[in-house]
Amino acid sequence: MALITCETLTLAYDTGVVASGVSFALERGSYLCIVGENGSGKSTLLRAMLGLHPISGGRLTVDPEARKKGIGYLPQHTPAQRDFPASVREIVRSGCLKKQGMSPFWKVSHKRLADKAMTRMGIDHIAGRCYRELSGGQQQRVLLARAFCATGDLILLDEPIAGLDPMAMTEMYGMIADLNREGVAVVMVSHDVSAAVSYATHILHMGKTTSFFGTTEEYLATPVGKQFARREGGSYGDWSPKTAWDAPSIGGILDVRAAPDARSVLGARGVSRDRGLTASRRRGGAASERGGRDA
Amino acid sequence: MSLLEQLKLYFSYDFVRFAFVAGVLISLCAGLLGVVLVLKRYSMIGDGLSHVAFGAMAVAAVLGFAPMTVALPVTVAVAVLLLLAGEKRLIKGDSAIAMLSAGSLAVGYLLLNLFPASDTGSLSGDVCASLFGSTSMMTLSGTDVWLCVGLSAAVIAFFVLFYHKIFAVTFDEGFATSAGVRVRVYNFLIAAVSGVVIVLAMKLVGALLISSLIIFPALSAMRLFRSFRSVVICSALLSVAGSLTGLLLALLLSTPTGASVAVVHIIIFGVFSLLGRLRRA
Repeated sequence: MALITCETLTLAYDTGVVASGVSFALERGSYLCIVGENGSGKSTLLRAMLGLHPISGGRLTVDPEARKKGIGYLPQHTPAQRDFPASVREIVRSGCLKKQGMSPFWKVSHKRLADKAMTRMGIDHIAGRCYRELSGGQQQRVLLARAFCATGDLILLDEPIAGLDPMAMTEMYGMIADLNREGVAVVMVSHDVSAAVSYATHILHMGKTTSFFGTTEEYLATPVGKQFARREGGSYGDWSPKTAWDAPSIGGILDVRAAPDARSVLGARGVSRDRGLTASRRRGGAASERGGRDA
Repeated sequence: MSLLEQLKLYFSYDFVRFAFVAGVLISLCAGLLGVVLVLKRYSMIGDGLSHVAFGAMAVAAVLGFAPMTVALPVTVAVAVLLLLAGEKRLIKGDSAIAMLSAGSLAVGYLLLNLFPASDTGSLSGDVCASLFGSTSMMTLSGTDVWLCVGLSAAVIAFFVLFYHKIFAVTFDEGFATSAGVRVRVYNFLIAAVSGVVIVLAMKLVGALLISSLIIFPALSAMRLFRSFRSVVICSALLSVAGSLTGLLLALLLSTPTGASVAVVHIIIFGVFSLLGRLRRA
């Protein structure tokens, strides 16, 4: 069975329906980016996958086996966290809650897992620091490490790069891509369409009038994809060559494909060049892989 | 008579020993709970609930029941309603607390005026004791103390056994739910514990000064410490130390217990704020 199956799903709040008729099936090991306008129900869909939001209609199933292994979750910041006294270690360890069960203490294996997660996300040297004193990028790494502790086959990320500077953003994408390469299915809500199409294998576009699900190639070929990429592209202009995005003669596909190159341009300005190149290579790899699958 | 001899004499009385035992236990619970309430943005709930408890005690006095038998269940019930109502409630949290606290204070005082208790002293004395805790701490019976011991033990056991869950639920409810923690159950337990601690703490500092016992130690600890565990431990220790000092001062200087304890906690907060600022500089 597919990892996540969604059939004519309707999601609603007291104030009204936010999304309806959402249908897709996601296989293990995929990398799905959910894009779309504000208020189109992207985060709500993520919450529904976790059982945090009730379903108003249709069907949404997550493979019970994946559920049992644990689903990693990186939620958006809550206002209370801004001045919360908690050390990095405490937060990352709380990712082992499911494994802890009803035991009141951490086992050695839980502590080791948390240490591994911190080393992996490059935050082991700040394990004792207070969360609220960290930079935005470091805070997101902490939350990613916590999600990693809870992850079996699937990790759900709700705008993991919101508010990050370009360098932190690229590093975040790199860490997420690494997870995916190891076989963890990634579902990410994002506004960053350029990154979505360079990393993801599948795109779910949620809109009030139009919606789409398919592989990244298929998405780029649709009018929606072209239009969305062109429109949203402008907002990333502050770290990419403006002209490449604004040129009206370049089609949506080209617009978007420019993104990884923009990263290596960024590298020349003193930001890690390797990451940018890895991103391009990864994109190439993913594309040929997809090509193989299509054939 | 030297200070030490004076203390020795005081501690030969049962009621003084009772007051110190109960005071330590209540403060310990209040210090633990305070951290959670402050971080969950429910700082004002202590004030609101203590007024509800005051109203309930007035009703109990009029009906001739023991105050605790009415105040404890009523306060716990109101705490659960306030903390669990969530976003669906008609009136937002802080407004609901303001309404409840003014309402119960008014009803309580009115009832005490309409049906004055015949056997005890003056009305103003009764009201003053419940609002400011001026004498109630020194008039505890053996049963009161045992009730304090039992309830405090339950509260402390709750914090020790579910420490990691309480942390997760306080820091990030969404993530905790996704990790299989039954957040509603823990929120319910936290609410129930709040009700219990507030009714107990009323004995020590009275209804109006309850925040000094619950909120001040947590805030003082947060000035200086940056991890959840150190804040919780420091808050509990500060709460106990502050209350002990306050009780001793009240005993030696014959000042009202509630106000003395509150003032000590305010001074501790001032000192910790200063230390926190020095540490950052």
